[in-house]
Amino acid sequence: MLETSTPSPSATEVLDAPGAPVIVFDRVQLAFDEKVVLQDISFTLIKGHTKIILGASGSGKSTILKIVTGLLRADGGVVWVNGARVDKLSERDLMAVRGDLGMIFQEGALFDSLTVRENVGYKLYEESDMPIDDVDRRVEEVLGFIGLAEHIDKMPSELSGGQRRRVAIARAMAFKPKIMLYDEATTGLDPITATTVDDEIIKLRDLENVSSIVVTHQLRDAFYVAQHMAVRGADGRVEVVPASPDKEREAEFIMLKDGLICFEGDADALRTSTDPYLRTFLS
Amino acid sequence: MFRLIQNALKHAAQETQEYVKLTVAAIRAIFSPPLYRHDIVEQFDAIGVGSLTVVLLTGFFTGAALALQSGLTLDQFGARPVVGRLVSASMVKELGPVLTGLMLTGRIGSGIAAELGSMVVTDQINALRALGTDPVRKLVVPRVLAGFFMAPVLTVVADFVGVFGGWLVARFQLQVASSLYWSSTTQALYIQDVWMGLIKPFVLGFVIVTIACYVGLRTRGGTQGVGRATTIAVVAGSVAVIAVDFFVTQVLVSLLY
Repeated sequence: MLETSTPSPSATEVLDAPGAPVIVFDRVQLAFDEKVVLQDISFTLIKGHTKIILGASGSGKSTILKIVTGLLRADGGVVWVNGARVDKLSERDLMAVRGDLGMIFQEGALFDSLTVRENVGYKLYEESDMPIDDVDRRVEEVLGFIGLAEHIDKMPSELSGGQRRRVAIARAMAFKPKIMLYDEATTGLDPITATTVDDEIIKLRDLENVSSIVVTHQLRDAFYVAQHMAVRGADGRVEVVPASPDKEREAEFIMLKDGLICFEGDADALRTSTDPYLRTFLS
Repeated sequence: MFRLIQNALKHAAQETQEYVKLTVAAIRAIFSPPLYRHDIVEQFDAIGVGSLTVVLLTGFFTGAALALQSGLTLDQFGARPVVGRLVSASMVKELGPVLTGLMLTGRIGSGIAAELGSMVVTDQINALRALGTDPVRKLVVPRVLAGFFMAPVLTVVADFVGVFGGWLVARFQLQVASSLYWSSTTQALYIQDVWMGLIKPFVLGFVIVTIACYVGLRTRGGTQGVGRATTIAVVAGSVAVIAVDFFVTQVLVSLLY
């Protein structure tokens, strides 16, 4: 059977259309020795939409993101990312799929021996043929977008926790990925700093049309991302405002429990759910 | 008890298998693109130039102590003038490669394990992979190349400095004439000895770095794990240096002599 990391031209056309599925999980299972982490996980992320994955610590939220990027391989089930079966691809072929994926790790995972500029432009400097001047321009543009342009020559250790997370977002978005994966991007931050990170997630989704999976156990941030949208005013200024009902429906929540999805739906459905576990989680 | 031994053997076999896999992946990566040239130059500097001081000091004092000790013994046979033979033969064939290997294990083995280990526990290795970089090509290959090529260079430096240290003791403490010392240093050396002294450090440099990279990349369990990895890299590296030295010597003796 022919295994390839790049979809055919007709598949690419389908994937580029609005409403196309960009990530599909079908009956995915994973266990570490005796411990079952994911029992039977199925969901679909639509292009330009957001999936917010909630769950207690150790429920397998971050594991899902690692399976999407191919950092972990599922024991069973099928995983499609942008038309490629990542559960079947070799590490070499996964590199092509990862070109469309930007991931923000818990704590940022910035390279501590590199400056902010080198971190943000890492993929473009090291893994692309883009001229250095163009990379520099892109890095400055991205850092301007997240409001950290003045920190470009600092080392990660000189930044605050919130700034480090935002630099991690800048690093993930510098090569213009179609899908962003946020792993606890706001955990450990104060509410004001967390909101600035949430705003970046919203802006990237709504202004750059990036599909996203947000893993968190911070309910405040989860609802904020789901119920707000970014709009560009006539003067070019970007504002984050309460989302329209249609926009709000584009953000779907998934609640994990014991390796299974115990809830899937929008913010309203989650809020009005009578499930005892959900009520406990939301209270 | 039997189950315990069985598990330990299984674990050892698995570790060996993973180590061989990493080593093979690193060797394959050396001969296929992309090669991160900037990182390779950086590692040659860090491992080669960075280790120079410790190797100079170790070589010098070993040569000096060797001359002092052997001078006393040779005196019993009235053979003090041949102290240079003993110093040069010992340094070139055995002490130079082994002591340089041990110093490199302490200095770069621990550094590599700590650096890669902390990159693992802070998700930087996963971040590299997510950004489309193969950690073996980016991190392991430059270190392996630097270890492989710089260990022999450092060994030669240690050999020379050791013989020089021996000369200082022989000349000023044992009162052996300089001309006698220097001529005797070459008399005892055959070309096979030089080959042995030059081939060994290639193997030792490779083993030290691959063990350190393997231990670093297998780090688990936060900062405590990094500390553990560093200790394992130094202990396993040091034992490997002594053991590999023995086996390489066996092979070279049968091939060269």
